[in-house]
Amino acid sequence: MALVEIRDVHKTFGRVEVLKGVSLDVEEGEIVTIIGRSGSGKSTLLRCINALESVDSGDIRVEGEKVHAAMRDLKKFRQRVGIVFQAFNLFPHLKVERNITLAPLLTGRIDKARARALAEDVLTRVGLADKIDAWPEQLSGGQQQRVAIARCLAMAPHLMLFDEVTSALDPELVGEVLKVMEAMAKQGMTMILVTHEMGFARNVADRIVFMHQGRVWEQGPPAKLFASPETPELASFIASSR
Amino acid sequence: MRSFSLIDLVSLVEALRWTVALVVLALAFGTPLALGLALGRISRSAALRWTMAACIQIIQSVPLLGLLFFFYFGMPVFLGIQVPATVAVTVAYTLYTAAFLGEIWRGGLEAVKQAQWEAGACLGLSAWQQFRHIIAPQALRLSLPPTVGFLVQLIKGTSLASILGFVELARAGQVVSAATFQPLLTYALVAAIYFALCLPLTLWSRSLEARLDGSR
Repeated sequence: MALVEIRDVHKTFGRVEVLKGVSLDVEEGEIVTIIGRSGSGKSTLLRCINALESVDSGDIRVEGEKVHAAMRDLKKFRQRVGIVFQAFNLFPHLKVERNITLAPLLTGRIDKARARALAEDVLTRVGLADKIDAWPEQLSGGQQQRVAIARCLAMAPHLMLFDEVTSALDPELVGEVLKVMEAMAKQGMTMILVTHEMGFARNVADRIVFMHQGRVWEQGPPAKLFASPETPELASFIASSR
Repeated sequence: MRSFSLIDLVSLVEALRWTVALVVLALAFGTPLALGLALGRISRSAALRWTMAACIQIIQSVPLLGLLFFFYFGMPVFLGIQVPATVAVTVAYTLYTAAFLGEIWRGGLEAVKQAQWEAGACLGLSAWQQFRHIIAPQALRLSLPPTVGFLVQLIKGTSLASILGFVELARAGQVVSAATFQPLLTYALVAAIYFALCLPLTLWSRSLEARLDGSR
């Protein structure tokens, strides 16, 4: 059984059908990168996986459990599925340590005595152990994004979703975030990424999914997909991304 | 006529008790209501949002003097209920406080980005935990200056209670001025006492604002 099973998902915003029957499986430990033009439904699909958006029809299952906004254990489910946003969304009124430990403490995952050690541990993993007592606004964009990743890691998720996490960063800060994600990939974390970083997608992903007009248009291993795209839409997208 | 003496100063300061009492009563009953109104205004239920908006609109549209008149003089006429003056002013100031603070706090809550709620939800926090630990502290800092601004208005607005017979600071000033024929001195003192009451609030607000915004 795949960790994530998506079956014929449809989603409409107003009159616009954003997802038009998306089906996709993601195995445990797999790194799947979703690429595609703006408006192709990539981010919406990611948000549906975490029940931030409800689906109109179709079925999404994570670890066999059907995902929907009204699910009984939604809070517990979200503790298992971390999501990192383009805009970081750190809590500006809390220091880095508290940003990381707030959810583990409130959800009873850890007790107060272990909180600092947990923050130190996850910050070390993203290379920011020395920023534990900093305020978010004292950090660069890249550092803030790494703290956002650390905050997710503190919940020990089984699946991580990344929604264009480098899009809001200055070019010189992109590398440090990608490096952290690459390290997580090597440690076996199951990851679904929406990204415009084609080089990163090619190097790190096990599979690339190209979305076009609300559908999974083409998918496969990066080498094959980039070298010989089967559809003109993907070929044109790859050409325009170069 | 007699000259202004220490007794007059004491009577002014004594009258301050009613000013403070009215403010305390208005805040004690008004702030929980204000929080309810603010939460109602940002609720997902459209019916609740509209109801709260209508309540706020009505109260804000009526002058404070009108509220005082209604609850003291109007209630016996329209509803056949005669309430003591203390109850009437408490109700009037409570509603006045709730409507204005409710709107101020609603603005503060809405000024916190929606993404902050979302970030909390994605970490598995309940709606209450998101509000208590993520949204409310940020909204509090944003709302602090207008909240204190309203508090200063409220302190000064208690002078209207004199029309129902309350000898609070402004009314005591009137009495002393009439007895001593020294309106300039008397009202200068009344103004100084109001100033002394409001200044610490403003200073406290500034220091609290700085404390809540620990990053600066």
